[in-house]
Amino acid sequence: MKLLTLNFLTCARKTCKSAPSSFPLHPREAELEVVQADVNLAFLKNILPRLMWGELRTITGELGLPTLPDTAPERSALFTAAAAVSETTTPGVDPEAIDAPEHPAPVEEPEETPTQTAIDLHRILLETCIKEGKLVCGNCGHEYAVKEGVANFLLPGHLV
Amino acid sequence: MPQYLVRFVQMHESFRTAELEALAVLVGVKIEVMKYDKDSPFCIIKLPSEAAARSIISRSIISQAIYELWGEGPTYKDLHTSVREQSSSEWAKYEKTPFRFAMDSYRGTRTPSEQHTIMESFSYMGFSGPIRMKDPEVSFRIFEDYEFKADVPKYYYLGRLIAVSGRHAKTTYDLKKRHYISTTSMDAELALLTANMALAAPGKLFFDPFMGTGGFPIACAHFGAVVSGSDIDGRSIRGTGGSARRGQTGKMDVVGNFTQYNLEGQYLGAFVSDLTNTPLRMPTDNARSGGGYLDGIVCDPPYGIREGLKVLGSREKYGDEERAIHEHRFKDPNYIAPKRPYSFTAILDDILAFAVNTLVENGRLSMWMPTANDEDIELVIPTHPSLEIVSVCVQPFNRWSRRLLTYRRLSEFEVPQGVLDGTTKEYEKGVKADELNDFRRKYFEGFKEFEKMKLDSSEKKAEQIPPDSKGVSGRWREKSDR
Ligand SMILES: C[S@@+](CC[C@H](N)C(=O)[O-])C[C@H]1O[C@@H](n2cnc3c(N)ncnc32)[C@H](O)[C@@H]1O
Ligand SMILES: [Zn+2]
Repeated sequence: MKLLTLNFLTCARKTCKSAPSSFPLHPREAELEVVQADVNLAFLKNILPRLMWGELRTITGELGLPTLPDTAPERSALFTAAAAVSETTTPGVDPEAIDAPEHPAPVEEPEETPTQTAIDLHRILLETCIKEGKLVCGNCGHEYAVKEGVANFLLPGHLV
Repeated sequence: MPQYLVRFVQMHESFRTAELEALAVLVGVKIEVMKYDKDSPFCIIKLPSEAAARSIISRSIISQAIYELWGEGPTYKDLHTSVREQSSSEWAKYEKTPFRFAMDSYRGTRTPSEQHTIMESFSYMGFSGPIRMKDPEVSFRIFEDYEFKADVPKYYYLGRLIAVSGRHAKTTYDLKKRHYISTTSMDAELALLTANMALAAPGKLFFDPFMGTGGFPIACAHFGAVVSGSDIDGRSIRGTGGSARRGQTGKMDVVGNFTQYNLEGQYLGAFVSDLTNTPLRMPTDNARSGGGYLDGIVCDPPYGIREGLKVLGSREKYGDEERAIHEHRFKDPNYIAPKRPYSFTAILDDILAFAVNTLVENGRLSMWMPTANDEDIELVIPTHPSLEIVSVCVQPFNRWSRRLLTYRRLSEFEVPQGVLDGTTKEYEKGVKADELNDFRRKYFEGFKEFEKMKLDSSEKKAEQIPPDSKGVSGRWREKSDR
């Protein structure tokens, strides 16, 4: 499982959900593997504002990966454009424009090159995988096993 | 706006304009369907530009190609008049261009010499460039639309080819050639269509909470999305060492499928979980849970034809002793988490609630759901105040049918105030899977009826109706009449 998934995973127990300490889950005895993939700039740009940055930092810290900056980089720090163009409307909803298409046409972007920030983020989120180990809830201490890269969130009978 | 002719395939009719409309949203253009008939593969639409037509059709699964409309009419005479009126200003552009002319007769045939005569009748357009059957620079097609078994066509069109569709992906992802499949794997064509309905595209994040062998995530990754999924059955994700295809051995798993199609880079991995006890974070969990993060959810939930729908938990509440046993044993590698039957209508509502919590605004949920041909047992389409139904497409089978439901996650502004205040529904509380699941019950009853019909006809053939034959159907009715 790629590290990005840990930014979406909490404890599966319903009684833990209301406790902020149930997220993120803490990797223990994790065996990591780096699987190379092409940098996906469009995806990084899209996902960056949805990341819980503090929680991502916690995890990279616990895994002994290079320290991330205190705050998330700006979207514009992910790429350099060949020619500077002004950012046109980003997807969002204008409640008054009822007739506006749900998804504005993708703006034709000039050749963009990922910055080192983007490459580093890509390496952490999309190339670093947990192969074996455990994910532990900070609230109840329950351990979820990861085997062959697949985490098991099925709760035993007494915890459902 | 210019008019275009879309050449559809003549199947999955109710998906056809729905797919075009979804792709128009994705491309960000307005589309207007001018002429559509479910009994014909020819459809006339308006789009703002040729570029828009190309972007839409190059992803389409249910069409073959899109053409600029050069003329139409109920007879060849009308077609020629229409071509002169609509397209004569275009002719000069292609005067010297290497070109090709072809015919497409739907439900009709033309001999080569007839075809030749028909094509020659367009010579007034004055194309003097070389004819090139392979890789021409411009390609024209005459379309003939026949009624079933008619001698002459009922309508004619002439079009200039703009783009061929993305339908070839159907072959690339054909289940027959897939590394790892199971008995419930979704057909490649329908999985790709589902991905289109949900607007899977580069830069987006897609999820399937009932992923099985990964058919939907693979289809979404084909269109450029980054994908993940989960399933209550860990064996389906990790593989069991064999596939549903005979004669195949060795490690078969979902990752292997992504590798086969060179899509590993877009696969985040999957995890084992029950949708009703999902570990995915929800903004409703607590104050620090963030907002939605999925662009799309695509799934084919279990409706228990091959196995009853199950969720985590036990049929009855545990006593202290049982709890102690589970507490003692759960770390054992062979421990199996207990599961209990669950209501299908309840899981549908759970899926909608899950979608509302995890989707971004305008994100889509595309989900399959059975319905029955029989009127009185039709399942109600589930709704949620924060989701708008975008389309309902139907795939009919002989004894049942199913629908693909597509929803859009509304923004906070679009949801009327007050409607989200909790009303909790009462679901069936039966304990046997059969009692909980209407569809499953009817499905099996359908077969019982079928068996009875076979029995009846063989009895008639033998011309000896046993005295208790009425008793057979009587007993069956009694039992099913719950
Ligand atoms: C119809 S199959 C989906 C098949 C999949 N589309 C494919 O192409 O392989 C339904 C899947 O839902 C899973 N399932 C059943 N109950 C579940 C639950 N409560 N939570 C999550 N998955 C469940 C089953 O194990 C099964 O793999
Ligand atoms: Zn917990």
